Amino acid sequence: MSAAMLAVENLSASYGAARILYDLSFEVGRGEVVALMGRNGAGKSTTIKTIMGLMAQRQGHVRFNGRDISGLKPFEIARLGLGFTPEDRRIFVDLTVMENLDIGRQPARSFADGTPAPSWSPEKLFALFPNLAEMPHRLGGRMSGGEQQMLAVARTLMGNPLLVLLDEPSEGVAPLIVEQMANTIVELKKEGLSILLSEQNVHFAQLVSDRVYMLEKGQIRWQGTMAQLTENVDVQRAYLTV
Amino acid sequence: MTLSAFLFQALNGLSAASGLFFIAVGLSLIFGVTRIVNIAHGSLYMLGTYIAYSFATKIGGAIGFWGGIVATAILVGVFGALIEIVLLRRIYRSPELFQLLATFALVLVINDATLWIWGSEDLLGPRAPGLRDAVEVLDRRLPTYDLFLIVIGPAVLLVLHLGLARTRFGRLVRAATQDREMVGALGVNQAMLFTAVFALGSALAGLGGALQVAREPANLATDLVAIGDAFVVVVVGGMGSITGAYLAAVIIAEVKAICIAVGVVDFGYFTVNFSKLTLVAEFLVMAVVLIARPYGLLGRAQGQVRSIAEPEDPIRPATPALKMLAAVAFALLLGLPLLAQSSPYMLILGIDVLIAVLFATSLHFIMGPGGMHSFGHAAYFGLGAYGAALLVKWLAAPMGLALAAAPLVALAGALLFGWFAVRLSGVYLAMLTLAFAQIVWAAVFQWEYLTGGSNGVVGVWPTAPFDTRVSYYLLTLTLAAIGVLMLRRFLFAPFGYAMRAGRDSALRAEAIGIDVKRVHWLGFAIAGGVCGVAGGLFAFAKGSISPETIGVGRSIDGLVMVLLGGIQTLTGPIVGASVFATLQDTVMRQTEYWRALLGGIILLLVLAFPGGIVGALEKFFSRWKTAS
Repeated sequence: MSAAMLAVENLSASYGAARILYDLSFEVGRGEVVALMGRNGAGKSTTIKTIMGLMAQRQGHVRFNGRDISGLKPFEIARLGLGFTPEDRRIFVDLTVMENLDIGRQPARSFADGTPAPSWSPEKLFALFPNLAEMPHRLGGRMSGGEQQMLAVARTLMGNPLLVLLDEPSEGVAPLIVEQMANTIVELKKEGLSILLSEQNVHFAQLVSDRVYMLEKGQIRWQGTMAQLTENVDVQRAYLTV
Repeated sequence: MTLSAFLFQALNGLSAASGLFFIAVGLSLIFGVTRIVNIAHGSLYMLGTYIAYSFATKIGGAIGFWGGIVATAILVGVFGALIEIVLLRRIYRSPELFQLLATFALVLVINDATLWIWGSEDLLGPRAPGLRDAVEVLDRRLPTYDLFLIVIGPAVLLVLHLGLARTRFGRLVRAATQDREMVGALGVNQAMLFTAVFALGSALAGLGGALQVAREPANLATDLVAIGDAFVVVVVGGMGSITGAYLAAVIIAEVKAICIAVGVVDFGYFTVNFSKLTLVAEFLVMAVVLIARPYGLLGRAQGQVRSIAEPEDPIRPATPALKMLAAVAFALLLGLPLLAQSSPYMLILGIDVLIAVLFATSLHFIMGPGGMHSFGHAAYFGLGAYGAALLVKWLAAPMGLALAAAPLVALAGALLFGWFAVRLSGVYLAMLTLAFAQIVWAAVFQWEYLTGGSNGVVGVWPTAPFDTRVSYYLLTLTLAAIGVLMLRRFLFAPFGYAMRAGRDSALRAEAIGIDVKRVHWLGFAIAGGVCGVAGGLFAFAKGSISPETIGVGRSIDGLVMVLLGGIQTLTGPIVGASVFATLQDTVMRQTEYWRALLGGIILLLVLAFPGGIVGALEKFFSRWKTAS
């Protein structure tokens, strides 16, 4: 068995009659940060949602932490330690920061080999996101986009995940926050978390990721290390430049 | 009227408000989290009164009464949880309409079960032990039990409010009200949460019903009255808001109480009896609130429910084969009088079926292509029927004039109600249309002088040359065919495209210059007018019309017909109406428990054939085609 935390095999997904993903296969190793890249509509978010069990029509297999999770319900997948931060954040606007965190709370868990996974408390998360520490009782609906993004990540971490699916963490937030978010991802990697993020910003991906899968029209067109992508301007131009 | 009498009525209003609050709050909570409008909520309330009656009379004493009320709430809560687990859990991903119909099927089944267990007599419970007296308030005697009700409403509101604010369960409920899918993706088992909320909401309904046991007799008609009240309260207060539910309950109960307190007022030239205008007052409150705040006093616009349901197939113009089939069917129907010479009943059945087809097709017009799920289509049927019948009764109008007036009266009603309805969508629209239909029904029922009240209008017979069964059948056939073809023509005109565009994406349709509200309003009015023709034909076919023939049951019959045939096809309502009307005229008349039978059929349909008869056939044929 490979040591991969997350192994996706021949994953396909459709919406109605429209096929969106075609036979995707890729892996995320333990402690690795992997970027799914591509333009808008390439299928990045759909891939993440399909892994999370949020698409009704899916084929293929997803293995996570040594278990086949294809066909499980989203809450069952989350309870196995797969965290999910959606691209539109989906903060509970009527709940305060503390209450949002509480919704994400799950018991501590361990990796398959028995080592304990990083576990999180609001205090520890406030140290990671000082902005949130200043507004524990603010309503989710009264926060800026960047603050909501941090809260969304923090809420996911409250579930003590082994791997986090991070959909477009740099989208629609101020440059300062983007930089903070990159630092956070590096921190999380140090803690031993694995991360699969979707991203179209090369600069951001370069700051955090080890490897890259390039998507176009629902298919993987290129894969390699981050360093290889940095050197390969042709691939960048073909699949990322607008 | 004195000030003290006025204040006393206001107190009465507060105790009524507690009752309304109990019915509405559970409905609102359940909707917030599960997005299911539980029409059977009124039935749970009714069950509460019956169960509490049994406790109070069988066990008796303070334990039987007060302990019985608590036990009733728990029992009804458990029953609600069972409903959620056995039925609703299977249909959370079904279209909204199916969920509404499934819960309505429960109404029918529960009503017959109640009839079977407790019988048809009204059952009045004992007075509350310990609270049998009355206190002097403002020189009048107010029963202490009413005082208790005045207090218990706000007390339960407070407990609920604290529970939602302070507990993890409350936080989950609030989070799921906004985005239940995200709550699931964070590792919360939605099924458990939904069951818990359903149990809580049901327990509140049971409690509300149980508390009425000392005031009003348990009655089999309570279920629909209660759900009608609850809809109005929830629409006014805002879906999902418990404080809004109480606020709305107080406003509506007070307006009604004050209407009664004002009583008969002499305006010099004419007198108005305000105590007979309670329903009109309720309607006005709702209208004013919905104009100012479309999502209720404390409600907010519902975010699009994130669902992974399949997109709908577009409707297609008739193929040559279908046109041939329609022509053959029409020719056969024309020939029916020849066949029917041996059995005259065939023609009666034929007329019933044709009226049902017209009724169902007009409903489908706004439901399918319009996307407006009207739960009160009987209102326009009733307006047409009563419009025609009253013209005959009061002005001795000839049949031609009366039949021509039927669609006009219905059109006017649809224009008025539709103006409000198109401002809402989804379940709000369904509830509002149902409330309007209840108002039409109640107006007909209460306005005895004009409409004959529960006796209805009799002696509305067709005149020559339509006074024979054959000629009346042919008239019905002609009008039904014209109506169906006209509605079809509308759908394939630019107007129909605009209506469907507005259904599929109001925002995008408006961006290309379609006034979606106006288009839907006109669509609603057209459907109402055509439905009025069906009503007028019905009145003359039966020779009489009474409130029960235009009640909520008829609205639901229409929904079942459309659903039975399949909402996504244009032939669906025709097939569905034919099958349903035939079944109703033949099978269901045979049993006393026809409600349970009908409910069972609906449940079966919803669970087994989500695409309806025509949908299932189409699926079968397309599979057959690809296979060959």
